[in-house]
Amino acid sequence: MSGADDRKSDVRRAAITGLGAITCIGNTLDEIASSLRAGRSGIVVDEDRRRMGFRSALTGRITGFNPSEISPKKLRTMCEPAQYAYSAARGALADAGLTADDLHGERCGVIFGNDSTVKPAVESVDITRNQGETHFIGGGHIFRSMNSTVTMNLGGILGVRGANWTVSAACASGAHAVGQAMMLIRSGLQDVVITGGAQETNWESMTGFDALGVFSTRESEPERASRPFDAERDGLVPSGGAACLILEELGRARARGARIYGIVRGYGFASDGARHLAQPTGDGALRAMKMALADAAMNRDEMDYINAHATSTPVGDHVEAQAIAELFGEDVPVSSTKSMTGHECWMAGASEVLYTALMARDGFLAPNVNFSRLDDECPRIRVITEAIPCRMRAALSNSFGFGGTNAALVLDFEPATRHEAGDAAPPRRKSE
Amino acid sequence: MTTEELIQQVNEILIEGFEVEPDLLRPEASLVDDLGLDSLDGVDIVVAMEKAFGCRIEEAEARAMRTLKDIYDSVERLVADLGERGKS
Repeated sequence: MSGADDRKSDVRRAAITGLGAITCIGNTLDEIASSLRAGRSGIVVDEDRRRMGFRSALTGRITGFNPSEISPKKLRTMCEPAQYAYSAARGALADAGLTADDLHGERCGVIFGNDSTVKPAVESVDITRNQGETHFIGGGHIFRSMNSTVTMNLGGILGVRGANWTVSAACASGAHAVGQAMMLIRSGLQDVVITGGAQETNWESMTGFDALGVFSTRESEPERASRPFDAERDGLVPSGGAACLILEELGRARARGARIYGIVRGYGFASDGARHLAQPTGDGALRAMKMALADAAMNRDEMDYINAHATSTPVGDHVEAQAIAELFGEDVPVSSTKSMTGHECWMAGASEVLYTALMARDGFLAPNVNFSRLDDECPRIRVITEAIPCRMRAALSNSFGFGGTNAALVLDFEPATRHEAGDAAPPRRKSE
Repeated sequence: MTTEELIQQVNEILIEGFEVEPDLLRPEASLVDDLGLDSLDGVDIVVAMEKAFGCRIEEAEARAMRTLKDIYDSVERLVADLGERGKS
Protein backbone atom coordinates (compact mmCIF):
# COMPACT_ATOMS: atom_id res chain seq x y z
CA MET A 1 0.00 0.00 0.00
CA SER A 2 1.38 3.38 -0.92
CA GLY A 3 1.91 6.18 1.55
CA ALA A 4 -0.86 8.17 -0.06
CA ASP A 5 -3.27 5.26 0.38
CA ASP A 6 -2.25 4.97 4.00
CA ARG A 7 -3.12 8.57 4.57
CA LYS A 8 -6.33 8.25 2.61
CA SER A 9 -7.55 5.54 4.95
CA ASP A 10 -7.02 7.97 7.82
CA VAL A 11 -9.33 10.62 6.42
CA ARG A 12 -12.38 10.90 8.56
CA ARG A 13 -15.53 12.51 7.23
CA ALA A 14 -18.81 13.43 8.89
CA ALA A 15 -21.65 11.82 6.94
CA ILE A 16 -25.26 12.89 7.40
CA THR A 17 -27.12 9.63 7.94
CA GLY A 18 -30.36 10.79 9.55
CA LEU A 19 -32.67 13.79 9.46
CA GLY A 20 -35.64 14.83 11.55
CA ALA A 21 -37.42 18.14 12.10
CA ILE A 22 -40.40 19.96 13.51
CA THR A 23 -40.95 23.08 11.42
CA CYS A 24 -43.64 25.52 10.37
CA ILE A 25 -43.55 24.02 6.88
CA GLY A 26 -43.91 20.39 7.98
CA ASN A 27 -43.06 17.83 10.63
CA THR A 28 -41.98 14.99 8.36
CA LEU A 29 -39.17 14.99 5.82
CA ASP A 30 -41.59 14.49 2.94
CA GLU A 31 -43.90 17.29 4.09
CA ILE A 32 -40.95 19.63 4.44
CA ALA A 33 -39.51 18.69 1.04
CA SER A 34 -42.91 19.17 -0.54
CA SER A 35 -43.27 22.63 1.04
CA LEU A 36 -39.78 23.63 -0.07
CA ARG A 37 -40.47 22.56 -3.63
CA ALA A 38 -43.87 24.27 -3.73
CA GLY A 39 -42.67 27.45 -2.07
CA ARG A 40 -45.19 27.04 0.75
CA SER A 41 -45.00 29.54 3.61
CA GLY A 42 -45.49 28.69 7.28
CA ILE A 43 -46.02 32.29 8.40
CA VAL A 44 -49.19 33.42 10.20
CA VAL A 45 -50.49 36.29 12.30
CA ASP A 46 -50.45 35.35 15.99
CA GLU A 47 -53.45 36.84 17.79
CA ASP A 48 -51.66 36.53 21.14
CA ARG A 49 -48.93 38.86 19.92
CA ARG A 50 -51.52 41.30 18.63
CA ARG A 51 -53.23 41.28 22.02
CA MET A 52 -49.92 41.74 23.81
CA GLY A 53 -49.09 44.88 21.85
CA PHE A 54 -46.35 43.50 19.64
CA ARG A 55 -45.11 45.79 16.91
CA SER A 56 -45.45 42.76 14.62
CA ALA A 57 -47.71 39.76 15.24
CA LEU A 58 -46.16 37.70 12.44
CA THR A 59 -44.53 34.37 13.24
CA GLY A 60 -43.87 30.92 11.89
CA ARG A 61 -46.35 28.51 13.47
CA ILE A 62 -45.79 24.86 14.31
CA THR A 63 -48.92 22.81 13.69
CA GLY A 64 -49.64 19.12 14.15
CA PHE A 65 -47.09 18.76 16.93
CA ASN A 66 -48.49 17.15 20.05
CA PRO A 67 -46.28 17.37 23.15
CA SER A 68 -48.62 15.02 25.03
CA GLU A 69 -47.01 12.23 23.01
CA ILE A 70 -44.00 12.85 25.27
CA SER A 71 -44.47 11.31 28.71
CA PRO A 72 -45.47 13.67 31.56
CA LYS A 73 -42.32 12.80 33.47
CA LYS A 74 -40.09 13.84 30.58
CA LEU A 75 -42.17 16.96 29.98
CA ARG A 76 -41.47 18.21 33.50
CA THR A 77 -37.89 19.02 32.50
CA MET A 78 -38.51 19.85 28.83
CA CYS A 79 -39.59 23.27 27.64
CA GLU A 80 -40.74 24.04 24.11
CA PRO A 81 -37.41 23.84 22.22
CA ALA A 82 -36.45 20.64 24.06
CA GLN A 83 -39.78 19.06 23.13
CA TYR A 84 -39.31 19.95 19.47
CA ALA A 85 -35.71 18.73 19.56
CA TYR A 86 -36.66 15.45 21.22
CA SER A 87 -39.25 14.78 18.56
CA ALA A 88 -36.83 15.79 15.78
CA ALA A 89 -34.09 13.59 17.27
CA ARG A 90 -36.39 10.58 17.47
CA GLY A 91 -37.23 11.10 13.82
CA ALA A 92 -33.60 11.52 12.82
CA LEU A 93 -32.45 8.43 14.73
CA ALA A 94 -35.21 6.35 13.15
CA ASP A 95 -34.28 7.78 9.75
CA ALA A 96 -30.65 6.80 10.38
CA GLY A 97 -31.66 3.32 11.47
CA LEU A 98 -29.88 3.75 14.81
CA THR A 99 -31.25 2.18 17.96
CA ALA A 100 -30.71 3.18 21.58
CA ASP A 101 -27.95 0.57 21.86
CA ASP A 102 -25.99 2.30 19.10
CA LEU A 103 -25.82 5.48 21.19
CA HIS A 104 -24.50 4.17 24.47
CA GLY A 105 -20.82 4.11 23.62
CA GLU A 106 -18.47 6.83 24.76
CA ARG A 107 -17.91 7.95 21.17
CA CYS A 108 -21.45 9.18 20.65
CA GLY A 109 -22.43 12.72 21.60
CA VAL A 110 -25.14 15.36 21.36
CA ILE A 111 -24.46 18.99 20.42
CA PHE A 112 -27.28 21.42 19.64
CA GLY A 113 -27.58 25.10 18.99
CA ASN A 114 -29.98 26.98 21.26
CA ASP A 115 -29.83 30.47 22.69
CA SER A 116 -32.92 30.99 24.85
CA THR A 117 -35.57 29.35 26.97
CA VAL A 118 -37.50 32.43 27.97
CA LYS A 119 -40.93 31.06 28.84
CA PRO A 120 -39.98 28.77 31.75
CA ALA A 121 -37.76 31.52 33.16
CA VAL A 122 -40.69 33.94 33.03
CA GLU A 123 -42.97 31.36 34.66
CA SER A 124 -40.63 30.71 37.56
CA VAL A 125 -40.20 34.42 38.20
CA ASP A 126 -43.99 34.93 38.06
CA ILE A 127 -44.57 32.10 40.55
CA THR A 128 -41.99 33.56 42.91
CA ARG A 129 -43.46 37.05 42.71
CA ASN A 130 -47.02 35.79 43.19
CA GLN A 131 -46.30 33.32 45.98
CA GLY A 132 -43.53 35.17 47.76
CA GLU A 133 -41.38 32.02 47.72
CA THR A 134 -39.76 29.64 45.26
CA HIS A 135 -41.30 26.49 46.72
CA PHE A 136 -44.10 26.16 44.15
CA ILE A 137 -41.78 26.32 41.15
CA GLY A 138 -41.12 22.62 41.62
CA GLY A 139 -38.10 20.60 40.58
CA GLY A 140 -38.41 20.60 36.80
CA HIS A 141 -38.18 24.30 36.03
CA ILE A 142 -34.45 24.73 36.34
CA PHE A 143 -33.92 22.09 33.66
CA ARG A 144 -36.43 23.81 31.40
CA SER A 145 -35.03 27.29 31.80
CA MET A 146 -31.39 26.81 30.81
CA ASN A 147 -30.05 27.23 27.29
CA SER A 148 -28.67 23.70 27.48
CA THR A 149 -32.16 22.28 28.11
CA VAL A 150 -32.08 20.52 24.74
CA THR A 151 -28.82 18.68 25.16
CA MET A 152 -29.23 17.91 28.85
CA ASN A 153 -32.61 16.31 28.17
CA LEU A 154 -31.57 14.48 25.01
CA GLY A 155 -28.34 13.26 26.56
CA GLY A 156 -30.20 11.69 29.45
CA ILE A 157 -33.10 10.25 27.51
CA LEU A 158 -30.92 8.77 24.78
CA GLY A 159 -28.21 7.55 27.16
CA VAL A 160 -25.46 9.41 25.34
CA ARG A 161 -22.08 9.05 27.05
CA GLY A 162 -19.82 11.30 24.96
CA ALA A 163 -20.06 15.01 24.13
CA ASN A 164 -23.06 16.75 25.64
CA TRP A 165 -23.38 20.52 25.37
CA THR A 166 -25.17 23.41 23.74
CA VAL A 167 -23.74 26.03 21.44
CA SER A 168 -25.14 29.54 21.92
CA ALA A 169 -24.22 31.93 19.14
CA ALA A 170 -27.41 33.83 18.36
CA CYS A 171 -28.77 33.08 14.89
CA ALA A 172 -25.67 31.10 13.96
CA SER A 173 -26.07 28.69 16.90
CA GLY A 174 -27.34 25.78 14.81
CA ALA A 175 -24.62 26.14 12.17
CA HIS A 176 -21.83 26.33 14.73
CA ALA A 177 -23.28 23.25 16.45
CA VAL A 178 -23.22 21.28 13.18
CA GLY A 179 -19.72 22.56 12.43
CA GLN A 180 -18.44 21.62 15.85
CA ALA A 181 -20.08 18.19 15.65
CA MET A 182 -18.37 17.66 12.31
CA MET A 183 -15.00 18.67 13.79
CA LEU A 184 -15.37 16.20 16.66
CA ILE A 185 -16.00 13.39 14.19
CA ARG A 186 -13.26 14.46 11.83
CA SER A 187 -10.74 14.75 14.66
CA GLY A 188 -11.54 11.23 15.83
CA LEU A 189 -12.93 12.29 19.20
CA GLN A 190 -16.48 11.09 18.37
CA ASP A 191 -17.97 8.64 15.86
CA VAL A 192 -21.61 9.73 16.03
CA VAL A 193 -22.99 13.13 17.01
CA ILE A 194 -26.67 13.92 17.28
CA THR A 195 -26.65 17.56 16.30
CA GLY A 196 -29.01 20.31 15.25
CA GLY A 197 -30.73 23.42 16.46
CA ALA A 198 -33.86 24.37 18.36
CA GLN A 199 -35.89 27.53 18.71
CA GLU A 200 -38.87 28.37 20.90
CA THR A 201 -41.87 30.05 19.21
CA ASN A 202 -43.84 31.34 22.21
CA TRP A 203 -44.54 35.08 22.20
CA GLU A 204 -42.74 35.54 25.51
CA SER A 205 -39.46 34.62 23.85
CA MET A 206 -39.80 37.31 21.21
CA THR A 207 -40.69 40.44 23.19
CA GLY A 208 -37.19 41.92 23.16
CA PHE A 209 -36.60 41.01 19.52
CA ASP A 210 -39.92 42.68 18.61
CA ALA A 211 -38.85 45.77 20.53
CA LEU A 212 -35.76 46.02 18.34
CA GLY A 213 -38.05 46.98 15.46
CA VAL A 214 -36.56 44.57 12.93
CA PHE A 215 -39.64 42.41 12.31
CA SER A 216 -41.68 42.75 9.14
CA THR A 217 -45.02 44.46 9.75
CA ARG A 218 -46.65 43.17 6.56
CA GLU A 219 -49.46 41.60 8.59
CA SER A 220 -51.98 41.97 5.79
CA GLU A 221 -50.02 39.36 3.79
CA PRO A 222 -48.38 36.96 6.26
CA GLU A 223 -47.18 34.55 3.58
CA ARG A 224 -45.53 37.37 1.68
CA ALA A 225 -43.93 39.06 4.68
CA SER A 226 -40.59 37.23 4.63
CA ARG A 227 -38.97 38.36 1.36
CA PRO A 228 -35.19 37.97 1.57
CA PHE A 229 -33.21 40.04 -0.95
CA ASP A 230 -36.38 41.59 -2.39
CA ALA A 231 -36.37 45.36 -2.86
CA GLU A 232 -39.63 45.60 -0.86
CA ARG A 233 -38.40 43.67 2.19
CA ASP A 234 -39.22 45.35 5.48
CA GLY A 235 -37.84 42.99 8.11
CA LEU A 236 -37.66 39.41 9.29
CA VAL A 237 -40.39 37.11 10.58
CA PRO A 238 -39.49 35.07 13.67
CA SER A 239 -40.07 31.35 13.56
CA GLY A 240 -38.83 28.16 15.19
CA GLY A 241 -39.05 24.45 15.86
CA ALA A 242 -36.14 22.03 15.80
CA ALA A 243 -33.95 20.28 13.27
CA CYS A 244 -31.79 17.27 14.00
CA LEU A 245 -29.04 15.72 11.93
CA ILE A 246 -27.24 12.49 12.73
CA LEU A 247 -23.59 12.93 11.83
CA GLU A 248 -21.64 9.73 11.62
CA GLU A 249 -18.09 8.90 10.66
CA LEU A 250 -18.26 8.03 6.98
CA GLY A 251 -16.43 4.70 7.20
CA ARG A 252 -18.67 3.57 10.05
CA ALA A 253 -21.78 4.67 8.17
CA ARG A 254 -20.68 2.82 5.04
CA ALA A 255 -19.77 -0.29 7.01
CA ARG A 256 -23.28 -0.57 8.41
CA GLY A 257 -24.86 0.19 5.05
CA ALA A 258 -26.42 3.45 6.21
CA ARG A 259 -28.11 5.84 3.83
CA ILE A 260 -25.75 8.77 3.32
CA TYR A 261 -27.44 12.07 2.50
CA GLY A 262 -24.12 13.81 2.11
CA ILE A 263 -21.02 14.94 3.95
CA VAL A 264 -20.58 18.01 6.09
CA ARG A 265 -17.27 18.70 4.46
CA GLY A 266 -16.24 22.20 5.37
CA TYR A 267 -16.84 24.56 8.28
CA GLY A 268 -15.84 28.18 8.40
CA PHE A 269 -16.30 30.65 11.21
CA ALA A 270 -15.37 34.28 11.68
CA SER A 271 -16.39 37.28 13.73
CA ASP A 272 -16.95 40.77 12.40
CA GLY A 273 -15.08 42.29 15.30
CA ALA A 274 -17.31 45.33 14.99
CA ARG A 275 -18.86 47.34 17.78
CA HIS A 276 -22.44 47.26 16.56
CA LEU A 277 -24.08 44.09 17.83
CA ALA A 278 -26.88 44.00 15.27
CA GLN A 279 -25.27 45.43 12.13
CA PRO A 280 -23.12 43.00 10.19
CA THR A 281 -20.13 44.30 8.28
CA GLY A 282 -19.96 41.44 5.78
CA ASP A 283 -16.27 40.99 6.41
CA GLY A 284 -16.80 38.09 8.80
CA ALA A 285 -19.36 36.52 6.48
CA LEU A 286 -16.94 36.61 3.58
CA ARG A 287 -14.11 35.15 5.64
CA ALA A 288 -16.37 32.40 7.01
CA MET A 289 -17.39 31.37 3.48
CA LYS A 290 -13.79 31.35 2.26
CA MET A 291 -12.71 29.37 5.31
CA ALA A 292 -15.46 26.78 4.76
CA LEU A 293 -14.42 26.29 1.14
CA ALA A 294 -10.75 25.99 2.12
CA ASP A 295 -11.63 23.61 4.91
CA ALA A 296 -13.58 21.46 2.47
CA ALA A 297 -10.70 21.67 -0.02
CA MET A 298 -13.25 22.68 -2.64
CA ASN A 299 -13.46 25.52 -5.12
CA ARG A 300 -16.17 28.12 -5.33
CA ASP A 301 -17.15 26.86 -8.79
CA GLU A 302 -17.95 23.45 -7.31
CA MET A 303 -20.89 24.93 -5.37
CA ASP A 304 -24.19 24.26 -7.13
CA TYR A 305 -26.27 26.18 -4.62
CA ILE A 306 -26.05 28.66 -1.77
CA ASN A 307 -28.59 28.54 1.03
CA ALA A 308 -28.28 32.13 2.14
CA HIS A 309 -28.66 33.37 5.67
CA ALA A 310 -30.72 36.32 4.32
CA THR A 311 -33.45 37.01 6.85
CA SER A 312 -35.32 39.74 4.95
CA THR A 313 -33.82 42.68 6.81
CA PRO A 314 -32.68 45.62 4.68
CA VAL A 315 -29.11 45.77 5.97
CA GLY A 316 -28.36 42.08 6.56
CA ASP A 317 -29.47 40.88 3.13
CA HIS A 318 -27.55 43.63 1.40
CA VAL A 319 -24.34 42.80 3.23
CA GLU A 320 -24.68 39.09 2.52
CA ALA A 321 -25.42 39.73 -1.16
CA GLN A 322 -22.25 41.78 -1.29
CA ALA A 323 -20.20 38.97 0.23
CA ILE A 324 -21.76 36.34 -2.07
CA ALA A 325 -21.26 38.54 -5.13
CA GLU A 326 -17.62 39.12 -4.23
CA LEU A 327 -16.90 35.42 -3.81
CA PHE A 328 -19.24 33.78 -6.33
CA GLY A 329 -20.32 36.50 -8.76
CA GLU A 330 -23.72 36.10 -10.37
CA ASP A 331 -23.49 32.47 -11.38
CA VAL A 332 -24.39 30.33 -8.38
CA PRO A 333 -28.12 29.89 -7.64
CA VAL A 334 -28.99 31.46 -4.29
CA SER A 335 -32.13 31.18 -2.20
CA SER A 336 -33.09 31.88 1.36
CA THR A 337 -35.48 29.24 2.62
CA LYS A 338 -36.41 31.81 5.29
CA SER A 339 -38.70 33.23 2.62
CA MET A 340 -40.95 30.24 3.49
CA THR A 341 -39.99 29.33 7.06
CA GLY A 342 -39.32 32.76 8.47
CA HIS A 343 -36.19 33.18 10.54
CA GLU A 344 -35.76 30.08 12.69
CA CYS A 345 -33.08 31.92 14.66
CA TRP A 346 -31.06 29.57 16.93
CA MET A 347 -32.26 26.60 14.88
CA ALA A 348 -31.77 28.08 11.41
CA GLY A 349 -28.18 27.06 10.80
CA ALA A 350 -29.10 23.42 11.35
CA SER A 351 -32.51 23.42 9.68
CA GLU A 352 -31.06 24.98 6.56
CA VAL A 353 -28.50 22.20 6.26
CA LEU A 354 -31.42 19.79 6.59
CA TYR A 355 -33.45 21.66 3.94
CA THR A 356 -30.48 21.65 1.59
CA ALA A 357 -29.95 17.92 2.17
CA LEU A 358 -33.60 17.29 1.31
CA MET A 359 -33.23 19.30 -1.89
CA ALA A 360 -30.21 17.16 -2.80
CA ARG A 361 -32.15 14.01 -1.95
CA ASP A 362 -35.07 14.99 -4.17
CA GLY A 363 -33.13 16.71 -6.95
CA PHE A 364 -34.25 20.33 -6.79
CA LEU A 365 -33.28 23.76 -5.52
CA ALA A 366 -35.90 25.48 -3.39
CA PRO A 367 -37.08 28.91 -4.44
CA ASN A 368 -36.62 32.22 -2.70
CA VAL A 369 -40.33 33.08 -2.69
CA ASN A 370 -41.63 36.64 -2.50
CA PHE A 371 -38.73 37.91 -4.55
CA SER A 372 -39.39 40.29 -7.42
CA ARG A 373 -36.21 42.27 -7.82
CA LEU A 374 -33.06 43.31 -6.01
CA ASP A 375 -32.97 46.88 -4.86
CA ASP A 376 -30.86 49.17 -6.99
CA GLU A 377 -27.94 49.29 -4.56
CA CYS A 378 -27.85 45.54 -3.96
CA PRO A 379 -24.95 43.70 -5.59
CA ARG A 380 -26.05 41.34 -8.37
CA ILE A 381 -26.51 37.75 -7.30
CA ARG A 382 -28.61 34.96 -8.84
CA VAL A 383 -31.67 34.69 -6.61
CA ILE A 384 -33.87 31.82 -7.82
CA THR A 385 -37.61 32.37 -7.51
CA GLU A 386 -38.96 28.99 -8.56
CA ALA A 387 -37.97 25.43 -7.76
CA ILE A 388 -35.27 24.30 -10.17
CA PRO A 389 -34.53 20.66 -10.94
CA CYS A 390 -30.91 20.10 -9.97
CA ARG A 391 -28.63 17.20 -9.28
CA MET A 392 -26.85 19.02 -6.52
CA ARG A 393 -23.23 18.04 -6.04
CA ALA A 394 -22.26 20.50 -3.35
CA ALA A 395 -23.70 23.50 -1.56
CA LEU A 396 -22.83 26.25 0.87
CA SER A 397 -25.07 27.19 3.79
CA ASN A 398 -24.60 30.52 5.58
CA SER A 399 -25.63 31.54 9.09
CA PHE A 400 -24.86 34.82 10.80
CA GLY A 401 -25.80 36.15 14.21
CA PHE A 402 -25.90 39.10 16.57
CA GLY A 403 -22.51 40.13 17.77
CA GLY A 404 -21.05 39.51 14.34
CA THR A 405 -20.69 35.75 14.64
CA ASN A 406 -20.62 34.04 11.25
CA ALA A 407 -20.71 30.40 10.19
CA ALA A 408 -20.59 28.72 6.80
CA LEU A 409 -20.91 25.02 6.05
CA VAL A 410 -19.95 23.24 2.84
CA LEU A 411 -22.07 20.20 2.09
CA ASP A 412 -20.83 17.52 -0.28
CA PHE A 413 -23.55 15.42 -1.85
CA GLU A 414 -21.26 13.31 -4.01
CA PRO A 415 -18.90 11.77 -1.49
CA ALA A 416 -18.62 8.61 -3.55
CA THR A 417 -17.29 10.42 -6.61
CA ARG A 418 -15.55 13.40 -5.07
CA HIS A 419 -11.85 13.65 -5.82
CA GLU A 420 -10.74 11.45 -2.96
CA ALA A 421 -7.11 11.76 -4.06
CA GLY A 422 -7.33 15.31 -2.85
CA ASP A 423 -8.28 13.94 0.53
CA ALA A 424 -4.90 12.36 1.06
CA ALA A 425 -4.30 14.51 4.08
CA PRO A 426 -6.86 16.27 6.23
CA PRO A 427 -7.41 19.68 4.64
CA ARG A 428 -5.57 22.52 6.30
CA ARG A 429 -7.18 25.81 7.03
CA LYS A 430 -5.75 28.64 5.00
CA SER A 431 -5.21 31.85 6.81
CA GLU A 432 -7.02 34.80 5.31
CA MET B 1 -62.81 12.61 51.85
CA THR B 2 -62.39 9.00 52.95
CA THR B 3 -58.97 7.38 53.32
CA GLU B 4 -59.73 5.23 50.27
CA GLU B 5 -60.56 8.30 48.19
CA LEU B 6 -57.38 10.03 49.32
CA ILE B 7 -55.26 6.98 48.48
CA GLN B 8 -56.87 6.73 45.08
CA GLN B 9 -56.15 10.40 44.35
CA VAL B 10 -52.51 10.11 45.46
CA ASN B 11 -52.12 7.02 43.30
CA GLU B 12 -53.60 8.77 40.28
CA ILE B 13 -51.13 11.63 40.63
CA LEU B 14 -48.23 9.17 40.75
CA ILE B 15 -49.50 7.17 37.78
CA GLU B 16 -50.35 10.11 35.55
CA GLY B 17 -47.63 12.57 36.47
CA PHE B 18 -44.75 10.32 37.45
CA GLU B 19 -45.16 7.21 35.30
CA VAL B 20 -45.50 4.83 38.23
CA GLU B 21 -46.92 1.44 37.25
CA PRO B 22 -50.34 0.96 38.97
CA ASP B 23 -49.55 -2.57 40.14
CA LEU B 24 -46.52 -1.32 42.06
CA LEU B 25 -48.65 0.92 44.24
CA ARG B 26 -48.62 -0.96 47.54
CA PRO B 27 -48.50 1.02 50.81
CA GLU B 28 -45.20 -0.53 51.84
CA ALA B 29 -43.56 0.21 48.47
CA SER B 30 -40.29 2.16 48.76
CA LEU B 31 -40.55 5.39 46.80
CA VAL B 32 -36.99 5.08 45.51
CA ASP B 33 -36.30 1.36 45.32
CA ASP B 34 -39.73 0.04 44.29
CA LEU B 35 -41.36 2.95 42.48
CA GLY B 36 -38.16 4.28 40.84
CA LEU B 37 -38.75 7.86 41.97
CA ASP B 38 -35.78 10.19 42.43
CA SER B 39 -35.09 13.42 44.30
CA LEU B 40 -36.31 15.54 41.39
CA ASP B 41 -39.58 13.60 41.40
CA GLY B 42 -39.76 14.16 45.14
CA VAL B 43 -39.74 17.95 44.79
CA ASP B 44 -42.53 17.82 42.22
CA ILE B 45 -44.58 15.19 44.09
CA VAL B 46 -44.67 17.47 47.13
CA VAL B 47 -45.94 20.40 45.02
CA ALA B 48 -48.44 18.14 43.21
CA MET B 49 -49.84 16.85 46.52
CA GLU B 50 -50.04 20.35 47.94
CA LYS B 51 -51.95 21.61 44.92
CA ALA B 52 -54.28 18.60 44.88
CA PHE B 53 -55.11 18.65 48.61
CA GLY B 54 -54.59 22.30 49.50
CA CYS B 55 -52.13 21.46 52.26
CA ARG B 56 -48.49 22.35 52.90
CA ILE B 57 -45.89 19.62 53.34
CA GLU B 58 -42.87 20.95 55.22
CA GLU B 59 -39.45 20.13 53.85
CA ALA B 60 -38.39 18.01 56.83
CA GLU B 61 -41.56 15.93 56.56
CA ALA B 62 -41.08 15.48 52.83
CA ARG B 63 -37.48 14.38 53.31
CA ALA B 64 -38.55 11.78 55.87
CA MET B 65 -40.95 10.05 53.44
CA ARG B 66 -39.66 6.62 52.47
CA THR B 67 -42.72 4.61 51.48
CA LEU B 68 -45.99 5.23 49.74
CA LYS B 69 -47.72 4.86 53.09
CA ASP B 70 -45.67 7.80 54.38
CA ILE B 71 -47.25 9.96 51.67
CA TYR B 72 -50.76 8.67 52.41
CA ASP B 73 -50.34 9.26 56.16
CA SER B 74 -48.82 12.73 55.81
CA VAL B 75 -51.42 13.94 53.36
CA GLU B 76 -54.29 12.46 55.39
CA ARG B 77 -53.07 14.10 58.60
CA LEU B 78 -52.45 17.46 56.91
CA VAL B 79 -55.87 17.39 55.25
CA ALA B 80 -57.47 16.54 58.61
CA ASP B 81 -55.57 19.42 60.25
CA LEU B 82 -56.94 21.75 57.59
CA GLY B 83 -60.46 20.48 58.36
CA GLU B 84 -59.95 21.06 62.09
CA ARG B 85 -58.64 24.55 61.48
CA GLY B 86 -61.61 25.24 59.21
CA LYS B 87 -63.99 24.31 62.05
CA SER B 88 -62.31 26.50 64.66
